Amino acid sequence: MLTKRIIPCLDIKNGRTVKGVNFVGLRDAGDPIALAKLYAENGADELVFLDISATEERRKTLTDLVIGVAQNVNIPFTVGGGISSVEDVDTLLQCGADKVSVNSSAVKNPDLINQLSAKFGSQCVVVAIDAKQIDGQWKVHLVGGKVPTELDLFDWAKEVEQRGAGEILFTSMDHDGTKDGFANQALARLSEELNIAVIASGGAGKADHFVDAFKKGKADAALAASVFHFKEIEIIALKELLKSQGIPVRLK
Amino acid sequence: MKVSIINYGAGNIQSVKFALERMGAQAILTNNVDEITQADRVIFPGVGEASSAMDKLRDTGLDKLIPNLQQPVLGICLGMQLMCNSSEEGNARGLSIFDVDVVRFSNKVKVPQIGWNQITDLSGSLLKDIEEGEYMYLVHSYYAPLCKDTIASSTYDVKYSTALNRDNFYGVQFHPEKSSVMGQKILNNFLKLT
Repeated sequence: MLTKRIIPCLDIKNGRTVKGVNFVGLRDAGDPIALAKLYAENGADELVFLDISATEERRKTLTDLVIGVAQNVNIPFTVGGGISSVEDVDTLLQCGADKVSVNSSAVKNPDLINQLSAKFGSQCVVVAIDAKQIDGQWKVHLVGGKVPTELDLFDWAKEVEQRGAGEILFTSMDHDGTKDGFANQALARLSEELNIAVIASGGAGKADHFVDAFKKGKADAALAASVFHFKEIEIIALKELLKSQGIPVRLK
Repeated sequence: MKVSIINYGAGNIQSVKFALERMGAQAILTNNVDEITQADRVIFPGVGEASSAMDKLRDTGLDKLIPNLQQPVLGICLGMQLMCNSSEEGNARGLSIFDVDVVRFSNKVKVPQIGWNQITDLSGSLLKDIEEGEYMYLVHSYYAPLCKDTIASSTYDVKYSTALNRDNFYGVQFHPEKSSVMGQKILNNFLKLT
C-alpha cells in the first residue's frame, strides 16, 4: 500500500541551514548534509531544501549542496527557491536533485510548468502554492506570502495540474508558524478536486495535527520544519502514532 | 567490479552513480559501446518520457546493443519500462526483453504514484534477504502488468510488476538508489549476482 509521507523542510542560506536546530550529536547544526543524513536515518520519507539566499553566488553554492546531498543521502529530495528557468532545473537535476519546486516563477510564467514537465517529466515538477484567506476566499500569494495576487487557490491548483505539475505543495499562510494545525478544509478540497498528490504545509505544532492533515485534510504528504528541527516531534514516534490511527506509513 | 550506467541524456542519473560509490563500486556514466559491453554490470536508468527516450536510444544505436548484452543488466524505473515490449506513453515500441506491455494507471488513483509502497511476492537472487512487504520509493504514471517475468509485485490501482527478470536482464520499477538501506541492499545483490 502506498504510504503517507513525512517531509522535513530545511531552509538554506548560502549553503547553510538557517533555522536553529536542536540535534544532539550533530557537531555542526548548520551543516545541511549532516542534518539531511540524520533525518534519512530517522524515518523521514523525503526532504525539501528551500534556498533563501539572495547572493550572486547562490547558484554555485546551491549546486554544490545538491551534489553533496545526492552523494550522501539515500532518500529522495526536492530543491526549491528562486528557480525560474528550464536551465536552472536541468542543472539541479543533473547534480542529483530528484524534484524541483517552483512557486512565484510559475505564477509569473505559467508556461514554465508545461516546459518543465515536457522536458523532465511531471514526476519531478512540484508546484508550491502559498495562499491565505481574504474575505473568505483563498488567494495565492507571492514572495513568501507577502504579495497577494488575484488568483484563486483552487483555480490555480487545477491549472497547474493541467499544465503538468506532478505534485502540489500547499502552504497556508494563515496557519504557517501558528503551530495550530494544518488548513485541513482547504487541503481536503484540493485533494478531492485534483488527481495529483497534495503535500500539506504550514501549521504543524503537535503530532495530532499530522493525523488530522491525513484524515481530515486527505493529504498525501505533510511537510514541517521547526517541530522536527527542535525535536518537538520525533519522526519515528510520529509514524507510530499515525500507524496506530490506521494511517499507512513506512515504519522500519 | 566495473559498473557502466548507460547515459542517454535522461534526468537524474547521478544518484545511481553516487549510490554505487557509497557501496565502494566503481561506476561510470557512458554511452560508449565498448565501455558498456566490457563492464561487469550495466545499469539502464531513466526518468522522463518513454517515446523520446526510445528515440534517443535508436539515435545512438543503444537499442540494438542493450538486448544483446551478456552481463547482468538492471533497468530502473523508465529503464525497466523500456525493456518491455511497448509503452502506452507516446506509443513507444520497447526493447522486447520482457514480454509485457506497459500501460497507464487509471484515473481512479492519483497519477503519478509518488512515494513509498510495499513490494510483495518476492523471488529470485536480486531480492535475496529482502523481507516481504519491504517499502521502496516509486515515482511513475505507467506500469508493467503481472507477467511470467514478474519477480515482485506492488499494488496501486491494480497489482502490477514492480520487478522483472529474464535471463541476465533485471528491471525494477522502484528506485533502489533512493530507497534507503534496503534499496542499497538490492543494488548490492545486483553487484553480487553470479
